[in-house]
Amino acid sequence: MLFFIGRRLYQAALVMLTVALVAFAMFQYVGDPVSNLAGQDTTVADRELLREALGLNDSVLEQFGRFIFNAVQGEFGQSYRMRVPVSDLIAERFPATLELSLVSALIALIVGIPMGVYTALRRNSWLARSFMTLSLIGISLPTFLIGIFLILFFGVILQWLPTFGRGQVVDLGWWTTGLLTASGWKSMIMPAITLAVFQMTLIVRLIRAEMLEVLRTDYIKFARARGLTERSISFSHALKNTLVPVITIIGLQIGSLIAFAIITESVFQWPGMGLLFIQAIGEVDIPIMSAYLLLIGFVFVLINLIVDILYFSIDPRLRVER
Amino acid sequence: MALLEVRDMQVEFPSRRGSVTAIRNVNFELASGEILGIVGESGAGKSTIANAILGLLEPPGIMPRGRVLLDGKPIENLPIEKMRQIRGKRIGMIFQDPLTSLNPLQTIEQQLVETIRIHLDLNEADARTRAINMLEQVGIPEPEVRIRHYPHQFSGGMRQRVVIALSLCAEPEVILADEPTTALDVSIQAQILDLMRRLVRETGVGMIIITHDMGVISETCDRVMVMYRGDVVETGPTRKILGNPDHPYTRSLISAVPRPDKRMDRFPLVEYIEEAQIAHRPLDIRTHWLGQSRDFGAANSEFLVSVRNLEMRFVTVRSLFRSKRRYLRAVDDVSFDIRKGEVFGLVGESGSGKSTVARMICGIYRPFAGQMIFDGTDLTSLKSLRQVNRHRRQMQMIFQDPFSSLNGRMRVADIVAEPIRFHRLAASNDEVKSIVADLLDHVGLGAAAGKKFPHEFSGGQRQRISIARALATRPRFLICDEPTSALDVSIQAQILNLLKDLQEELALTMLFISHDLPVIRQICDRVAVMRDGKLVEIADTETLFENPRTKYSKHLLDLMPRLGGT
Repeated sequence: MLFFIGRRLYQAALVMLTVALVAFAMFQYVGDPVSNLAGQDTTVADRELLREALGLNDSVLEQFGRFIFNAVQGEFGQSYRMRVPVSDLIAERFPATLELSLVSALIALIVGIPMGVYTALRRNSWLARSFMTLSLIGISLPTFLIGIFLILFFGVILQWLPTFGRGQVVDLGWWTTGLLTASGWKSMIMPAITLAVFQMTLIVRLIRAEMLEVLRTDYIKFARARGLTERSISFSHALKNTLVPVITIIGLQIGSLIAFAIITESVFQWPGMGLLFIQAIGEVDIPIMSAYLLLIGFVFVLINLIVDILYFSIDPRLRVER
Repeated sequence: MALLEVRDMQVEFPSRRGSVTAIRNVNFELASGEILGIVGESGAGKSTIANAILGLLEPPGIMPRGRVLLDGKPIENLPIEKMRQIRGKRIGMIFQDPLTSLNPLQTIEQQLVETIRIHLDLNEADARTRAINMLEQVGIPEPEVRIRHYPHQFSGGMRQRVVIALSLCAEPEVILADEPTTALDVSIQAQILDLMRRLVRETGVGMIIITHDMGVISETCDRVMVMYRGDVVETGPTRKILGNPDHPYTRSLISAVPRPDKRMDRFPLVEYIEEAQIAHRPLDIRTHWLGQSRDFGAANSEFLVSVRNLEMRFVTVRSLFRSKRRYLRAVDDVSFDIRKGEVFGLVGESGSGKSTVARMICGIYRPFAGQMIFDGTDLTSLKSLRQVNRHRRQMQMIFQDPFSSLNGRMRVADIVAEPIRFHRLAASNDEVKSIVADLLDHVGLGAAAGKKFPHEFSGGQRQRISIARALATRPRFLICDEPTSALDVSIQAQILNLLKDLQEELALTMLFISHDLPVIRQICDRVAVMRDGKLVEIADTETLFENPRTKYSKHLLDLMPRLGGT
């Protein structure tokens, strides 16, 4: 177990180093930082001073070392455009994205798992069939379209829900949350559903396929032949076995919820990381882009590590050393 | 009054292309304390009977006719909830594969306690006590400790004991055992059969044992019912059925079981089955493609394959530190020689390392230590892929499972042609085609089989495809790893006869791996016995069977089930 986690940590460190290399390379290849910072009337001598001050004349290895040293401490330099430290910008935006992603992941799981189980158990009922049809629609509709439809219906026509922003937020000092106010929740509903639809349909189909597989196994047949109740067979025997392989995919999907909330955030003008990133691309604000890259890489690595540890707690076959 | 009575049972599987009748006109009764055997080959409908009794037919199966009486009361059309209360409580069932019939995520305790509490009115603690008693009764040592373990922590035989404990824990009156020992080793099989006999004697339950194995029947059953393609061909006391059967099918089925006590020239076929009559056209190696330019080295050794101090280790516990790593020594210091043109047998129970040896010789595993000398060349010393491939061409392997050893997305002709193309053994595509057609013809499938996909064939036919594929490189050394243990007796006889014919015609040298001693006796010239990775004994087949030198070989021979209770 310790050996396993140790190896995973080592792999995680390698992945992060690679991501850092890409993030660092952006500074070198996507435009010249000095001409990004300096105005048109800066003299050549001033530019040279700036170059020296930013450490751009040092060797690449030295610069990379410094980059990593700073990144580990949460220091990503200054935004070219906004002239504030990138770490401050991220601290301001990250809570919004994380809250949105977690709420939508919860929606996807709470709705998706029971639907998946139902469609597997009652495969031929009309309700299961209509779930499957709906999930096909959910998978094929682009996210932004769902968002725009929701805005049109609930925001413009019915005027029940706000169409943009986070609503009122409460500042906890180190975290700003929209989960403590009514308007925060109201603003959360539409973006969270928009973001959840794709994941939900994926989970429904995944659970259904996996569960059908498990229901065909010998131990389920044996459980039936022992006269266990249908409820116990479906939920305590079959569902748990279904979840083992599904967890990996769900973990990765939650990672991609955080990483790719960009479209949803743009549609709803949600003040999160994705929106920040889109603006940074438009303005070639490399420090923000590279910090975003590193952060997302970190989130994925972290989630994968958690999934691996979860595996251990669910599947006893991995836990025991033979 | 009979404990369990089945009257005029018929089971159908409706499909779009009409209904398939799986079993018809099945009648039998079972008394308390009696063991009834249902025997037949795959597809005979044996398991369907058990499933139909419990109302567990796989959809879309239905039972349009028939009665099932338990203690005189009909149970065939009970509502679901009533039927559930009968399952496990009054009729228990034991499944074939102990590795897959337990929920891997729950401890034995959770599974036992749940089953006990559903059927008996006991609290958690009492149910646990009962569970421990059950484990003790089925012969699991230290039940108080073992009950907290997960299924994967038990060996195959121990798991089957757990399965039996689970089937018995609510004191059912009838037990249906569906191939209860098929997945187990002979020594474990003997223990489990002993256990089942003892339980029937002690508790007075009625038991139905479903099996394809005549040996199991002769060792355990009081009465036998023989089935053939959904029909009961005859029913009677075991001694009568095995000794003096009335029906021609039973007669030929019994004669096809390989005999442990006598070596015969060929395996008797089950003549009752029409497909048994596939004529083997002898081929002349001097003129046939298979005999052409067998560019073999000319080393003048008596032996084709020699294995010296072979060792293989698998890591069981990984660790950063060398001292903490644990290995399983799958093969430990094994040496033997195979003479040119002989059939060399390798026997042992599962886990004895016999398959690992085969896999090392043909290059699937790299040996941890030791030498493998093939026709004067040390295979472990070969460096370039070209040299390795030259030797690979000369040895081919036939695997146990005919279902997973063929690529399901390739046509049979392409499967057989692949090695010919890979080793560039034919000049043109037309030549490849004619060779493939010829090979398929020789293994008894006919050239037309080439256009089909593997799933269109039965297990025995697929094994013929495997043989054709192995022959396609014009090998001189054939490794057969349990080639017939997944097949029915009648099919087994056909495949073994085919292998024997080919071996004689092509002067092949063969390494024949099996756990089935009667088969070994019929086909092998010399035999090596393996146990826990070590070689126990090497002897001529007849010598080994008549006077084994080691205790272990003797033990294995004693465990062979014999027909007719001799």
